[in-house]
Amino acid sequence: MESHRILKESQIMKIHYITGIAAIFVVAVHILMRLIVPFDLSLEYDYIISNYKNIFYVLILESILVLISVHGFNGIRIILLELRQSKSWENMITVATTSAMIALIAYGTRTIILANGL
Amino acid sequence: MNNTDNKNENRITLKVYRENRGQKTGSHYDSFEVPYRRWTTVLDALLHVKSYIDPSVAIRYSCRMASCGSCGMKINGIPRLACYTKISELETSTIECEPLSNFPIIRDLVTDFSLFFNHHKDMQPYIQSNESVETDTEKKIFSFYQSPEDVDKYLQFSYCIKCGLCYSACPTVGTDLRFPGPQALAQLYRYFADTRDESTNRLNIVDDRHGIWRCHFAGSCSKVCPKGVDPALGIQLLRSYMLGISKNNKQPAKKIEINTDKENNSGSS
Repeated sequence: MESHRILKESQIMKIHYITGIAAIFVVAVHILMRLIVPFDLSLEYDYIISNYKNIFYVLILESILVLISVHGFNGIRIILLELRQSKSWENMITVATTSAMIALIAYGTRTIILANGL
Repeated sequence: MNNTDNKNENRITLKVYRENRGQKTGSHYDSFEVPYRRWTTVLDALLHVKSYIDPSVAIRYSCRMASCGSCGMKINGIPRLACYTKISELETSTIECEPLSNFPIIRDLVTDFSLFFNHHKDMQPYIQSNESVETDTEKKIFSFYQSPEDVDKYLQFSYCIKCGLCYSACPTVGTDLRFPGPQALAQLYRYFADTRDESTNRLNIVDDRHGIWRCHFAGSCSKVCPKGVDPALGIQLLRSYMLGISKNNKQPAKKIEINTDKENNSGSS
């Protein structure tokens, strides 16, 4: 069967399950943090910017970004793998989803850094 | 057949899928009215059609007792063994017989099992031991000791008759033909769990993009198995080993020497 991979499929799936479970917790914390203030206030510009200055909140946002991106794009890769069965398609899908994942994490991290004012 | 038998005889409509890959004439259904009694199976009804109505109906069968796994087909949309399905138990006036899904059709109800058996072979479905299991050199024969607990770990998976019903019911196989399917994966577990087997790379066989991780756990494989095997369980157990949730504490089976000379001597006296 197949070989010469950076990661075995079992290792990728381990990451997939761990990121999925971890994402549930960080998203729950994120939602709970929104609920401790009135909903209108939680959407105000100043409040949002002030959240970006809170290092604990920033870490949660970055965790959500990384966990959801890794889990989501791997999920898309798995779905697309079943569409066709050819080496070129599989490699293309893997490269495309990995690139999109890295791009999204990079862009999201840039937004967090800019809002934080670092 | 006497008058009492005729009174007890009912009739059923058998709707049979017809297609001849060689002639490329397209597919259609033919309906046949056949007599049946309480114990008549779908295979009996199909053989009645073949014997008395239309001999060109193609079916594959052999043992007629759910042991060979040859007569798998979709009966009223569900993969079943024709020899193991009684007409009286279906409780319908029309029975639809179609070839198994996920298999290329050769003709009518006969499908091509080549890919299915290739997946099975890929799993190396045999005991791999560092030492030979049996040797007759120096008139010594060895066998391996297994406790009832050791046997219980894989016994149900060894009941597989390779009928292909689970493979036909699997939604992942329907979209991904490189996926080994529930039968092959369950057999991989059967040999992985066997204490006589000492192969160290069994799990690597299915640890790829189209391997064990593509199972969606629909569970339909276990539902249709005529022998009570639970392939979905085998797949989940394999996954738990591969994820490191379950530890592989398999102790190699003890090698026991069988003294054949004694047995031969006692047998001859």
